Amino acid sequence: MNSKIQTQKLASSPLPAPPRLRVPFSVTSAFTLFLACAIATTAQAQVAIKAKTIHTMAGPAITDGIVVITDGRIAAVGPAASTQIPAGYETLTAEVLTPGLIDARGTVGLTGIFNSRHDSDQIDPSAPIQPELRAIDAYNPQEKLIQWVREFGTTTVNTGHAPGSLITGQTIIVKTTGNTVEEALVKSPAMVSATLGPSANEQGGKAPGTRGKQVAMLREELLKARDYIEKKTRAAKKKDDPAPAPADSTDKPTEKSPTPPTPPDRNLHLEMLADVLEGKVPLLVHANRAQDIESALRLKQEFGFRLILESAAEAYLLAPQIKEAGVDVILHPSMQRAVGDSENQSFETAAVLVKAGIRFAIESGYESYVPKTRVVLFEAAIAASNGLTFDQALGAVTIEAARILGIDQRVGSIQTGKDADLALFSGDPFEYTTHCTAVIVGGTIVSRVER
Amino acid sequence: MTARSFLRFATAAILISGFAHPHTYAQAPADSKPQAFIGARLIPISGPAIDRGILIIENGKITAIGPEGSTAIPSGAARHDVAGKVIMPGLVDTHSHVGGPGGADGSAPIQPGVRVMDSLNPLDSGYRRVVAGGITTANVMPGSGHLLSGQTVYLKMRRPDGKPPRTIDQMFIQGADGKPSGGIKMANGTNSIGQPPFPGSRGKSAFLVREQFIKAQEYNAKIKSATGADGKLDETKLPARDLGLEALIDAMEGRKIVHHHTHRADDIMTVLRLRDEFGFRVVLHHVSEAWKVADQIAAAEKEGGVLGSSIILVDSPGGKLEAAEVSFITGASLAKAGARFAYHTDDWITDSRLFLRMAALGVRGGLSRDLALRALTLSGAELLDLQDRIGSLQTGKDADFIILSGDPLSVYTKVEQTWVEGRMVFNRADPSDHLHQVGGYSAGRDQSPYFCCFGGAGQ
Repeated sequence: MNSKIQTQKLASSPLPAPPRLRVPFSVTSAFTLFLACAIATTAQAQVAIKAKTIHTMAGPAITDGIVVITDGRIAAVGPAASTQIPAGYETLTAEVLTPGLIDARGTVGLTGIFNSRHDSDQIDPSAPIQPELRAIDAYNPQEKLIQWVREFGTTTVNTGHAPGSLITGQTIIVKTTGNTVEEALVKSPAMVSATLGPSANEQGGKAPGTRGKQVAMLREELLKARDYIEKKTRAAKKKDDPAPAPADSTDKPTEKSPTPPTPPDRNLHLEMLADVLEGKVPLLVHANRAQDIESALRLKQEFGFRLILESAAEAYLLAPQIKEAGVDVILHPSMQRAVGDSENQSFETAAVLVKAGIRFAIESGYESYVPKTRVVLFEAAIAASNGLTFDQALGAVTIEAARILGIDQRVGSIQTGKDADLALFSGDPFEYTTHCTAVIVGGTIVSRVER
Repeated sequence: MTARSFLRFATAAILISGFAHPHTYAQAPADSKPQAFIGARLIPISGPAIDRGILIIENGKITAIGPEGSTAIPSGAARHDVAGKVIMPGLVDTHSHVGGPGGADGSAPIQPGVRVMDSLNPLDSGYRRVVAGGITTANVMPGSGHLLSGQTVYLKMRRPDGKPPRTIDQMFIQGADGKPSGGIKMANGTNSIGQPPFPGSRGKSAFLVREQFIKAQEYNAKIKSATGADGKLDETKLPARDLGLEALIDAMEGRKIVHHHTHRADDIMTVLRLRDEFGFRVVLHHVSEAWKVADQIAAAEKEGGVLGSSIILVDSPGGKLEAAEVSFITGASLAKAGARFAYHTDDWITDSRLFLRMAALGVRGGLSRDLALRALTLSGAELLDLQDRIGSLQTGKDADFIILSGDPLSVYTKVEQTWVEGRMVFNRADPSDHLHQVGGYSAGRDQSPYFCCFGGAGQ
């Protein structure tokens, strides 16, 4: 019963734009029919793609294949020899076709290209723990960086409040199109963003100032949330299961009855942490140093929430522990700067995670300066050249990311019935000199520029 | 400056800087036995690629290069079978902040007397990454938080005795004057704007620079007038030494190249305007919006004084206002205009280990492969006045080269070995070198660049 978690029903077209004319089939005028077709092509693309190689991420790659898109969904995928393109479909061609890329964690839309006061909403500095801040209230779908990542094939992003304080707020999952956040939205809230390590320390003598204090503050807050849940549960029980009939006012001595529990006042802060404790929303913990990763695992053990590790630069030191805890990892961008608490990061960490059997994705993460956003296509490419197979690297920005985000029923692979989110490339998508030639979101061609 | 007074300055500079013995930073002797690298695809940059070639080095220099079969291997040469590999010149990074450079401090916006070479830590792990990325020469500079943040230094990634250097003077590139070579770092645009005494606007920025260069002109005139018509120096007429003004004179007389951080098109034009007024030789650095004024840059190069542009590419535009229109097309547009350009890492803005990638992104933006590879090597050397010594595989040049597993512009290619002046300085097969190439526990760099005052006092 969580009204705050909304999952948008399978989207039609996440693109806003031209008013969609629904022309009834009964129209017989040839001219009107022609017009209707023309409009339908721009508004609701009925599109097919012929590709030399289709990486479906749901089985082996298809050579010389075709994908057919109808009404925003994938209607068919298979070898050209056995897959028909219906008449009247716009047909695109590509050397390589992949699912639209999924950025398992970024900040685009809350962070903007200018990196100035007016386009930077990733952190409110007034308090170190603010799980109540919703990304949906801050996401700017018009942000240029969203267009930038979209043109390199990113079609879905888990974006929101950045790492940098103990708990900065929530994230949301959006498609990289849409005129309003509502149109873009896939899921809100998606996660609660937490940070352990030096970057979560506050300045000027404010708490937290050490690792020990960070964990103490989180534990205290989570205990408050646990207490909040208990109060709510007791009140709910009381309501559902009314107390025995009230004693009448005769001289019968009443049994001492406890004060009837009243529900606690609504507290947006604790409500959100309660959702975390009840497993409705994962806690995404940004931790780079091994001891910070260990602290996250310890907190998970104590409170039992769903933990997802973010960044995890030294995860290679704790692979068995992470595996044992059954925790997913959203790994730092391969090219993130190796400074501060990520100075020991490695291009080969993804390969270590694969070997350990840990489910992981590769993120664009948060950048405070230049480049203002990273691009998961580029980050996965570096992993592909440092120990991952092609499929493992592509999986880290498609189907595995979708699974970690819990949206794999809808996106992440090229399969019949899924959202038609696709990226077209002129060659191996990971090669530096390959171009992303077109991007499709929800069946609509949203980019035709060569990137 | 007369030859004599210049000599006086040069001698004084050597004495003051403690480098009375130029040999302390002279090239360390390389192995004298000739070495032959046989069978690799050679990309000399100065000429067409050789599919199966032979490269001969001796005493730290390239002594021969040519196709297999028609290139003689000296008897007694150590033979390296590198069939299937690719060899190209060591990469030249025209703009790096590796090794913890600390130039000018927060006390003033123009500090030409400060030398970055007095701040570097040769043991910084950053230098291990530099060679892991195939870079053999780097221009290490102070930051862009000042209009003028000090003197830069050109470093060779040598291993004088097979070990990483322990003193920075083992890395200097000795100039013709016997001094470590380097340039002057300047900046305009938003990074160098701040609270007083830093400028608060672009107009004020240019004014402060002009004022300082005019002071240097007047100072220089006094020095010159101390020498009479008979050529005799009257020492009593010499002004008190001013290290900052001396450096500006070095710039105006062409001995030190001005390396000028500049992003926006109008800021680029301001640099050209100041160059016209004071005649310094200048390289335009970063040039996010060079694609808007490529023709003007090309024209300025033809007039002389502008050596070219040094480009940075980043994975997305923005991060600050003046980089909002940075584009992968910059190299291609400068090439089309006929302007010269190189790429740089700006390490730590981008990682030295990924320098090859920068040129590949240039190709993605429309640049030819040949020019992209030139922009990592010979063009960079030209922007540092080092083209006679490095930047291409040519007989007589320093034996600085890299051995790659494949196409230099492929993401899957690895730098397998890096050689500087005839010695191997990086070997991916060595576990310690491998650690620094891919990262991992204890690979972290130990010192960050000091970026006063951008982001600090200036904000």
